[in-house]
Amino acid sequence: MMLEIALELDGRNMFETLDQIFVTLKHQAVGFVPDAWQPLVSALISVALIPLVFATLFAFVTVFERKGIGRIQNRYGPNRVGIPLTKIRLCGFGQFIPDGIKSLTKEDIVPRAADQVVHFLAPVVLLIPVLLAYAVLPMGRNMTAVDLDAGVLFFFAVGGAVELSVFMAGWSSHNKYSLLGAMRAIAQMISYEIPLILSAVTVIMIVGSLKTVDIVAAQNHYTFGLAHWFVFTPWGLAGFILFFIASLAESNRTPFDLPEAESEIIAGYFTEYSGFKFALFFLGEYLGMFAINGLGITLFLGGWTAPFSFLTWGPSYVWFFAKLMALVFAFIWIRATLPRLRMDQLMNFAWKFMLPLSLVNIVAAGVWHFMGHSPLRWVVCTSLIFGAYAILGWGLMHNQKLGKRTYHFAD
Amino acid sequence: MSPVFLIIAFVTLFAAAAAMSLRNLVHCALSLVVALAGLAALYLQLDAQFVGFAQILVYVGAVAILIVFAVLLTRSDATPNQAILAPGWIVGIAVSAVVFATLGWAALNSTGLPKEMSPAPVATVKNIGDMLMTQYVLPLEVIGLLLTAALIGAVIIAMKEEPLSNSGRSRSDGASLSKKSEPPHVGSYGSEKEGGGV
Amino acid sequence: MTPLQGCLLVSALLFAIGLAGAVTRRNAILALVGIELMLNAANLNFIAFWRYGPHPEALSGMMVVIFSIAIAAAEAAVGLALIIAIYRHYRTANLDEMKNLKG
Repeated sequence: MMLEIALELDGRNMFETLDQIFVTLKHQAVGFVPDAWQPLVSALISVALIPLVFATLFAFVTVFERKGIGRIQNRYGPNRVGIPLTKIRLCGFGQFIPDGIKSLTKEDIVPRAADQVVHFLAPVVLLIPVLLAYAVLPMGRNMTAVDLDAGVLFFFAVGGAVELSVFMAGWSSHNKYSLLGAMRAIAQMISYEIPLILSAVTVIMIVGSLKTVDIVAAQNHYTFGLAHWFVFTPWGLAGFILFFIASLAESNRTPFDLPEAESEIIAGYFTEYSGFKFALFFLGEYLGMFAINGLGITLFLGGWTAPFSFLTWGPSYVWFFAKLMALVFAFIWIRATLPRLRMDQLMNFAWKFMLPLSLVNIVAAGVWHFMGHSPLRWVVCTSLIFGAYAILGWGLMHNQKLGKRTYHFAD
Repeated sequence: MSPVFLIIAFVTLFAAAAAMSLRNLVHCALSLVVALAGLAALYLQLDAQFVGFAQILVYVGAVAILIVFAVLLTRSDATPNQAILAPGWIVGIAVSAVVFATLGWAALNSTGLPKEMSPAPVATVKNIGDMLMTQYVLPLEVIGLLLTAALIGAVIIAMKEEPLSNSGRSRSDGASLSKKSEPPHVGSYGSEKEGGGV
Repeated sequence: MTPLQGCLLVSALLFAIGLAGAVTRRNAILALVGIELMLNAANLNFIAFWRYGPHPEALSGMMVVIFSIAIAAAEAAVGLALIIAIYRHYRTANLDEMKNLKG
């Protein structure tokens, strides 16, 4: 079969074949099935690949995170388990296997006073919207699962359904602290959803379409060898930073992880979950992180396009996943570095800084579009955004009486 | 009347009936979520993509969460011990049955309904955006104003009032409040702490 | 029975369920839930007529429903704020006990 694929090149060179290899393989596989079943089988293959790929990525990233945090904290992370039952260590990257076995075999404790049905359904209600969100992400050239007309709206709609599962988990556990953690988590997620959506609106406004494929295609042009990614514009950079911070808050990652802080509220809304349900929550959280990073890459970082025109020979999916890993590494780095924000600091930051700044960003994007191609628009937009940032930052910080910053280093 | 439509309609109606008849308010709110999601699926089946996703974004993502918060803030989340139906509920059920009978009869026997099926309309987001900016721009601005007013109004209504120390009025309100009996049903956590075995 | 009549029956039944719940339940929040169900039934009616009626390219059904969803969200927010404010006064969300006009 590989020989047939190699022989039906008809004008495409090796790089294009490599780029489209998964699409070609899928067409070959669908071709084996009788005609009436072909749409169903095609959809099933696209759908089945998403959990496979991203669950594998999840397994890799859990170990990567623990090792990354460990190195930043001047210690080794897990480094013993490579391939089980052998002595090959693989720098500890086989750690997910014993973790998975542990979570599958742990006893599933459900509190007696807990609401059984809702307690059971909460992890399921978390996973379904999170997996649905991957359907509109373009992971390579021609590699979007479903090219919806209102793709970005669909993503945000299913993202909003995640908050419901947080509430179900917190309330059904019949535990004061779980409920408190759930309420905090929902308040945080709702507050940060607005800057998230508003910073995405700037991109939608400039591109003129809600389709993720169109958004990536709009960034697929090169000037002087540099790509037209939206992050290279003033409003795009501000929008990307806002989107990044808001996605940190949406995934409940440090510095916004007060709802699930181990030192404060044990585990927040999933305190009463053990065993496989806890593993499902963990999986759902990481999959949500990947999905929202994927959307950030699509909107601001050019999706599957290469940054420089001399690098376009690389396969598109390699670029997408490389950018995804870079963003995930940034998440891990921030987690290991920054301390946690208090609830009121968190909410002040969302409503009094990020929301006005994202509104100013929309105005700046409009000004950018209507000033045409001139160097003046760079100056105007940058000064607009920077002025708003300075004013809002002064507004947040001028009442703080902070002491002098001192550093203590480990010897 | 495709089987998909029948299944979605059945799920929606069942969830709506459950939302109105369950004892525990949080279960009612969660069944309402299922009903709203079923309605969104119906919109998607009727080729109204934008409306379907907007329904999920607004109703499931925001209104349902609002209802759940209100249930918790009014301490209604425990299963109530008293009757859940207002007195005279039979009349209410009878009235709604009559309403359904009238509407159903009108739908089934009407002669003004279009007979032939028009082809699936093209309702791209671009068309919707064009219409919103040309033909429906006035309702759009009015909706913006309305939402702003609702936002400010809701915050002001639900805000805790500062007790005025120099006027006697709120003092007497506070006194009458404390004289009112403790609600017969204390919040969920307190009463079931011993029996729950958390 | 045409698909349009099927949709109309579903929306009529949904409306009746919402009406029954809004009128018979004691809790104020459930009355609001009933109202939301009624609004949604009307929205379904609009979309059904838009889809199966003449001139669907005019998009009028969709426009009305978009505005209706926005208005319903605003109304739910204000209604629930009212219920919370009333709860602070009466210490109960039971509609039968909110019978004093004097605060």
